[in-house]
Amino acid sequence: MIFVELLCRYPYVTGTSVIGIKYKDGILMAADMGGSYGSTLRYKSVERMKPIGKHSLLGASGEISDFQELLRYLDELILYDNMWDDGNSLGPKEVHSYLTRVMYNRRNKFNPLWNSLVLGGVKKGQKYLGTVVSMIGVHFEDNHVATGFGNHLARPILRDEWHENLSFEDGVKLLEKCMLVLLYRDRSAINKLQIAKITEEGTTISPPYSLKTFWGFSAFKNPTLGAEGSW
Amino acid sequence: MDVGLEDTNAPHSMGTTIIGVTYNGGVVLGADSRTSTGVYVANRASDKITQLTDNVYVCRSGSAADSQIVSDYVRYFLHQHTIQLGQPATVKVAANLVRLLAYNNKNMLQTGMIVGGWDKYEGGKIYGVPLGGTILEQPFAIGGSGSSYLYGFFDQEWKEGMTKDEAEKLVVKAVSLAIARDGASGGVVRTVIINSEGVTRNFYPGDTLPLWHEELEPQNSLLDILSSSSSDPMVT
Repeated sequence: MIFVELLCRYPYVTGTSVIGIKYKDGILMAADMGGSYGSTLRYKSVERMKPIGKHSLLGASGEISDFQELLRYLDELILYDNMWDDGNSLGPKEVHSYLTRVMYNRRNKFNPLWNSLVLGGVKKGQKYLGTVVSMIGVHFEDNHVATGFGNHLARPILRDEWHENLSFEDGVKLLEKCMLVLLYRDRSAINKLQIAKITEEGTTISPPYSLKTFWGFSAFKNPTLGAEGSW
Repeated sequence: MDVGLEDTNAPHSMGTTIIGVTYNGGVVLGADSRTSTGVYVANRASDKITQLTDNVYVCRSGSAADSQIVSDYVRYFLHQHTIQLGQPATVKVAANLVRLLAYNNKNMLQTGMIVGGWDKYEGGKIYGVPLGGTILEQPFAIGGSGSSYLYGFFDQEWKEGMTKDEAEKLVVKAVSLAIARDGASGGVVRTVIINSEGVTRNFYPGDTLPLWHEELEPQNSLLDILSSSSSDPMVT
């Protein structure tokens, strides 16, 4: 009986990978705008990255309704923080810690929030990038993080090409390189994405845009040359 | 409910086709009228577009029982909210009440809903609340098992800023196309138009709908065909 809540819990409307990297002035994050419903690419304008307070940016993959609920919890958290009116405000480290506790406690009650989260931010010059890996509550920080498929496709690229003090332009190009691979190889990815930047000054989330794809390999035109009947 | 540990990539299909569309001045909600229990059609003329307040309606899909109880609760809460507020509730509030029930009972409920209406602050608005309790404001929304057949149709035919008549025609055409291919959808097409002037209900029985591929003009009897045709239609 106690397992009923977990057994009956499966995600319905889901978002796919989120990628985050540290760069010279703060954090850059990228996510597409897809909300999949099983294998159907049902919703194509879902914002999966949202600013939290003054210093943080949250990106989520997994069940969208649980992400929306998390945003409500965070809204309340930030509200109560503001009500102290004491000049201090919650930084990304604190928000990340709060999220970890929420996720882990729900997991202990067999009623998880079905998400993987990326939390990035800057406070007093200190850059922070952390991830809550899954509904289990595992969490860690790094210079570059990703959820879902991003871990398998984007992290290897980032391990090779990320370096300290990336410029904004280089950071965006790097993220776009990763997002393009995900677009080619992740079935749940859609070609409509946003890139978000958070610095000491604040957060900006780009308007939605699409990437150009390349199909001009000669092998693509004639893939079964020399092996008729193959694929 | 023997559906635990299923492939997480396969949500349940829900018998019905429901649609909600915004237009220049309001919204048009549409639905089929078939309620099935297994393969039997329990009600061939059901009304799936349910009133929540004077200015907000909801299209119900999935479990009939679940969607009815959710709309009953929301209607009750909205009624009290309206008394407290002293003016009509907004579409956003209605949709969020639906979301609250859908999200907090996600383990037990199997219903996807489309909330649509008109209020003086935001005009015509459509909110989709699919399985799980996500809430998404959209220019148009489709739901139910019949909606699978309409994604391509709407990708092609949807336009921003339609007139009331264009919007209603689109909805009727779409529900009719879904009925043609989805076994769980059928019967008549019902529409509800909501704008600043009020609410209009329309009813489109099968014989008023266009015929699609491989569908034939309905006849009273073979005998009419035989008597009216000159050559002998009974051929081997």
